[in-house]
Amino acid sequence: MNTATAARVPFEPWKDPQAKPYIRIVNVTKTFGDFVAVDNLSIDIYQREFFSLLGPSGCGKTTLLRMLAGFERPTSGRIELDGVDMSTVPPYERPVNMMFQSYALFPHMTVEENIAFGLRQDRVPKDERNARVEEMLGLVQLSKFAKRKPHQLSGGQRQRVALARSLVKKPKMLLLDEPLGALDKKLREQTQFELMNIQEQVGITFVIVTHDQEEAMTVSSRIAVMNHGRIAQVATPTEIYEFPNSRYVAEFIGDVNVFEGRLSEAAADHVRIAPVGGGGEIYVDRGTSAAQGATVWAAIRPEKIDVALTPPTDPSVNCIEGTVWDIGYLGNLTIYHVRLADGRKMTAAVANRTRLREQPITWDDTVYLTWAPDSAVVLVS
Amino acid sequence: MSAGDDYDDRPSAVLVSGDQGGFAEWLHVRLVRARLGWAAPFVLWLVGRFSGKGMVIAIPYTFLFVFFLVPFLIVLKISFSETALAIPPYTDLVEILDDGFDYYLTFKLNLINYWTVLSEDTYVRAYLNSAKIAAISTALCLLIGFPMAYAMARASESIRPMLLMLVILPFWTSFLIRVYAWIVILKTEGGLLNTMLIALGIIPPDEPLRILSTEWAMYIGIVYSYLPFMVLPLYANLEKMDLSLLEAAADLGCRPTKAFWSITVPLAMPGVIAGCFLVFIPAVGEYVIPELMVGDNVRVIGRKLFTDFASERNWPLASAVSVILLAILVVPIVLFQRQQARLQEAGQ
Amino acid sequence: MTKGLTKINLVALTFGFAFLYIPILILVFFSFNESRLVNVWGGFSLKWYGELFRNDDLLGAAWVSLILAAATSTLSVVLGTVAGFVMARFTSFRGRTLFSGMIYAPLVMPEVITGLSLLLLFVSIDWGRGLGTMIIAHTSFCMSYVAVVVQSRLVSFDRSIEEAAQDLGATPFKTFFVITLPVIAPALVSGWLLSFTLSLDNVVITSFTSGPGWDTLPVKIFSAVKLGVKPEINALSTIMILIVAVGVVVASLIQKRAMVERQRAERLAAAANE
Repeated sequence: MNTATAARVPFEPWKDPQAKPYIRIVNVTKTFGDFVAVDNLSIDIYQREFFSLLGPSGCGKTTLLRMLAGFERPTSGRIELDGVDMSTVPPYERPVNMMFQSYALFPHMTVEENIAFGLRQDRVPKDERNARVEEMLGLVQLSKFAKRKPHQLSGGQRQRVALARSLVKKPKMLLLDEPLGALDKKLREQTQFELMNIQEQVGITFVIVTHDQEEAMTVSSRIAVMNHGRIAQVATPTEIYEFPNSRYVAEFIGDVNVFEGRLSEAAADHVRIAPVGGGGEIYVDRGTSAAQGATVWAAIRPEKIDVALTPPTDPSVNCIEGTVWDIGYLGNLTIYHVRLADGRKMTAAVANRTRLREQPITWDDTVYLTWAPDSAVVLVS
Repeated sequence: MSAGDDYDDRPSAVLVSGDQGGFAEWLHVRLVRARLGWAAPFVLWLVGRFSGKGMVIAIPYTFLFVFFLVPFLIVLKISFSETALAIPPYTDLVEILDDGFDYYLTFKLNLINYWTVLSEDTYVRAYLNSAKIAAISTALCLLIGFPMAYAMARASESIRPMLLMLVILPFWTSFLIRVYAWIVILKTEGGLLNTMLIALGIIPPDEPLRILSTEWAMYIGIVYSYLPFMVLPLYANLEKMDLSLLEAAADLGCRPTKAFWSITVPLAMPGVIAGCFLVFIPAVGEYVIPELMVGDNVRVIGRKLFTDFASERNWPLASAVSVILLAILVVPIVLFQRQQARLQEAGQ
Repeated sequence: MTKGLTKINLVALTFGFAFLYIPILILVFFSFNESRLVNVWGGFSLKWYGELFRNDDLLGAAWVSLILAAATSTLSVVLGTVAGFVMARFTSFRGRTLFSGMIYAPLVMPEVITGLSLLLLFVSIDWGRGLGTMIIAHTSFCMSYVAVVVQSRLVSFDRSIEEAAQDLGATPFKTFFVITLPVIAPALVSGWLLSFTLSLDNVVITSFTSGPGWDTLPVKIFSAVKLGVKPEINALSTIMILIVAVGVVVASLIQKRAMVERQRAERLAAAANE
């Protein structure tokens, strides 16, 4: 309850070679008939992490979660929890609890009975059971609703009952399957922060499955982006966003402009890329593993691009000329879709700092898109 | 649940409403086409008097009222009259007496039939026996039906329709034939079961098993005939159970056997209750099975009622028997009706 | 974790279905028995079928039963549909509780009570017993089954398509016939079939309400069985079982083909979308 808040050291056990992984998923494969749901996958998760499995539906993230819970057995590979191999332990003997996507609240039991269910299975004495149920009800702010049945609660309240029920046994790991999927946008955003606070308070390792990248970005210590049963990238939200390791990850997380090009200059501290469609070279102030002449992709996030009606004074700046194709006004941002000379489109997002722009850019204007040398990322796959 | 609530809040739209224009217009066009345009104002006035909603309700309501409810009132009435050698074979409750000077309107409530039924041992025992047999048969049905329904509901989705069909199929074949089949099997002299057991040397040839004409025959007959009525509501209930609840239970440390008793069984209760009512209530008044399979050895009320009516031609007594039978069954019937109405409204 | 059949489940199903089917199979088997005795196999023979078809009495009764069942089920579907509609859509009107009671009670009411009460009604209004009274009597319980089937179909019915029809200018009355009825048609068909078998099967209510000369097949079988086991009855049972089995198989084949057809159309539509 205190390490994360008291000392202001960043929580990054994955960078510490001394740290022992708490959950080890080692070469796990799961097949259903011919279909490979999880393909030789390995991840280490550390204690107190808030770890997200992110990916489109069918990428195997839910199967992986169900293997962690014990509902599916790996076809091959090993799952270790705190040094113990869990692969053959049935779900009812694992020190792991899960919060179901549908919440799976027992409809014939009250809120209190639902939360007490897990403790009853362990034959926790009545006094302690009541105390822990009460504590949980307080934690999720549902003390007033203890005697209600699930169908008498709102969606958000049910979600909190499900959370309390899965936390009350103090599991070594809490699994959350799309925990906020059934809530509306506003409530979801609010609940994300509640979830983070609760995780910090109880100090339990959370593993969450989600297809909502914003949710994963908000809550996670690290994210594993999954694709076709494999890991595409495991990193912190910032790294995933700013330094995606592939076009798949770059395009899955947020919006991005991707240019295919040839590596015309590959130095240790910078590269130049000649785009396939022609136009000026793109300068990036970081090195890359690819050799000169290789085909690479430059990815630039829309919000890192500046839109101007006049060309930049400094000719060394990355700049592309185009005409405004479409404008989307989102309130806080304005999205410009710009068509380049060769027909490609680029997207730029500009924050609306003032109420009215002095020189409002409008349809069919010729504009100059510029970005800093450290804004683009070079992707080799 | 909530879907059902939504429906409740809505105004019922079709065929109801202040907007009778549609129907009236349609009717008018039809009448004109049938060269009955002259009758239109009258017909429309008539239709207007009984608004659309009222008419729609009135049709089945009237039918059920006249042919389901009123007959019970007549049974009640006749149960208070006396048997008579006449057609119909009972006296009227209301009579006009003419003593030569004056006319008297007399109204007689004859309680002798109720006295007979409630005081005679044969009747009381028949009621109790019927209730006992129905209760035991219901329990046996549940014992056989629950594992069947459970296995069906947990079978893979592709074979479920076939299993369901296999349960319904005997129900579509004649009830009488199924009872008859058991007579063929259970007969004491030359029945298949006895023939087989004697041939296998399990029982001596001169001491065949007596099952027919005993209470056992009642149980076999009722359980066999009513089993689908137990299996179907149970299956419907178990099949739609959310299996993630069992996963949640396992996740919280509950073993499968325990989860069955603490999650599956409580949630199946509506199905269990519906199935038990569907078996118990009609079984109490069962006539065909005791008549064909048991005979006089076991007294049950359904058969007693029928004999009073048909052989003794004592209609008032038979009426009193059925009034008391109904009085006994009214509580389960009302409970059944309320449960069904609730289930339907919850959108199940 | 619950896929497939566990051992216990398999035992439960095997035992249950054996219990349900062995008696029926025995009947069918012995209908081809040369011997008059049920427990002695006297060789294969179709002679009981021959005797059955020479039995004009039974054939006449079968005919009465079919007419009665057809009339009953048709009337039951009409009344039951309206009743089911009322139950599903009119959630509050005076006497709704009584109405719902009159719908559900016939499902469980002991037949001797229903039979006696209807007989007493017909006698007291001096309605001569015959086909008419039997149709009324059978309808009074069959329509409840139809009403329940229709009601459950209507509860899960998407009301917005009715609203769409009215929005496009159909009157409520027309909407019912053009939109609602076609969508719930399968429920009406199963209601009709259910009523047909219930009516075809009924002994007790029929014997209370039938008049002289209107004996139905079950009533004939009932009196025959009361007198003892007869091989002709085996033959008759086999024919009835065969008809039901063929009917059920044909119905499920039609249903299956419709489903396959539908799935193919859905796949085509999905493919066209891509």
